[in-house]
Amino acid sequence: MNLSVEIGKIKLKNPVITASGTFGFGREYSEYIDLNKLGAIVVKGLTVKPREGNPPPRLFETASGILNSIGLQNPGVDAFIERELPFLKSFDVPVIVNIAGETVEEFVYMAEKLDIEGIEGIEINVSCPNVKKGGMAFGVNPDDIFDITRKVRKATSKTVIVKLTPNVTDIKVCAKAAEKGGADAISLINTVAGMAVDIDKRRPVFENVIGGLSGPAIKPIALKMVYEVVTVVSIPVIGMGGIMNYKDALEFLIVGARAIAVGTCNFVNPYCTVEIIDGIKKYMEENEIEDINEIIGSIKI
Amino acid sequence: MRWKMKARVLSNRRIASEVYEMTFEWKGKKPHPGQFLMIDCQGKTFLKRPFSVNDFEEEKMTILYQVRGEGTKNLSQMKEGDILEITGPHGNGFEILEGKRVLIVGGGVGIAPLLYLAKKVKAQKLYIALGFKRETFLVEKFEGLGEVVVTTEEGSTGRKGLVTSVVEEMIGEVDIVYGCGPKPMLKALQEISMKANVLCQISLEEKMACGIGACLGCACKVREDKGFSYKRVCRDGPVFWAEEVLF
Repeated sequence: MNLSVEIGKIKLKNPVITASGTFGFGREYSEYIDLNKLGAIVVKGLTVKPREGNPPPRLFETASGILNSIGLQNPGVDAFIERELPFLKSFDVPVIVNIAGETVEEFVYMAEKLDIEGIEGIEINVSCPNVKKGGMAFGVNPDDIFDITRKVRKATSKTVIVKLTPNVTDIKVCAKAAEKGGADAISLINTVAGMAVDIDKRRPVFENVIGGLSGPAIKPIALKMVYEVVTVVSIPVIGMGGIMNYKDALEFLIVGARAIAVGTCNFVNPYCTVEIIDGIKKYMEENEIEDINEIIGSIKI
Repeated sequence: MRWKMKARVLSNRRIASEVYEMTFEWKGKKPHPGQFLMIDCQGKTFLKRPFSVNDFEEEKMTILYQVRGEGTKNLSQMKEGDILEITGPHGNGFEILEGKRVLIVGGGVGIAPLLYLAKKVKAQKLYIALGFKRETFLVEKFEGLGEVVVTTEEGSTGRKGLVTSVVEEMIGEVDIVYGCGPKPMLKALQEISMKANVLCQISLEEKMACGIGACLGCACKVREDKGFSYKRVCRDGPVFWAEEVLF
């Protein structure tokens, strides 16, 4: 039975990876699961300099999901390389680093810095506000997606993955811009913009007002967008958004995702990644499927 | 490696309006005072809920909880024999210093982690101050562990007023304070203890998602040499030295 898939230059032992921002740098979950079993680990988003993140509260539970306003708290790219990467290298699992910048120059700087041993891929978080364009997210403008992808592509020898935001009118145009820019793969979706109000204080729950919605509530949106993107690009697509079990994962694979990322489910069930891998294996056994690639893109319309 | 635990409910009873005490079998790791469990609220909520360890002895764990929403409402309806799904114990509990004159201060349902602490602290002298609004609960379990003072804001039982007024009176007679309760109480404990140059540890609360330190959702602002940083209530806490917390 073969569960191995390839994303750019990265060979994954199975299609189940962790979503950025939900797995820290792996330390906490290593107490619960064998990290070696994962297809890959995408670590929390890094910025050039350390970021404290947003003041609390940062979380709000919704029906079948959560709103978060973490604010990209992270120790910065240098501290990651010095303190976290050595830990991750002790496992036999590809490490993909998510990068978040305020300018294209920052993305390029980090891509160059992270072109080192122990890192297999760079995931570009284009959902960040572009401070040179009044805070508009890079990811809503295809030209910006193209520009940032092209420049990051030049800056690193690693597999380049562009993570798309769903808060756009036409995801297909954005995906094509990333592919044209030289991306090796596309991952989607990032969180859906949302909001909640504290009825006692009559104020937004978050100081930042807007938060990111994730969880099973957004899975239909994610699946639809993955389906759309798969039909317009040739490069591999990594699907994510509300995956809670192996059945959800299979839906994304059947639609055409080459791999899936598990995010918010990690909070609810720290064992869910390995449970999903086991569930996929069982499904393959029961249906006498020898190769995961027989499942990928097998949807019948 | 940590494992998901299934625990059988042994008893679940209401001990005050909207306050319940649940005891269940526990064959997992022995908790340290101040640690908490993440309990699945049986599909009524998306996220697990954090609950302080109220008491533990010989494979029996007890939690104290107030019904506030769908999750705790669902818990309150569980019966003997029902099965809970739990991860934990989580977090950094109270640092117990032996041989000290200790004051334990609890407010409302915040007294939850303090019973187990009171049993485990090896104090030279133990004072326990419990503050409530009107209705008291669990006081009888603290009797016999130390010298207990009860306050109610409405004066319905014990001394009328805030529990912090008791702390102000007693702070000169103790070496360390342990507190858990509403934020205004904890802030007052910080002020009183710092002014008197007395050690103080407080247990904080914050909305949580993962409960193990990975998502950075339960941020708590703490003093740093050059300003502040955010620590995780679930992993760096829930217990912090009072002097480091920025309210």
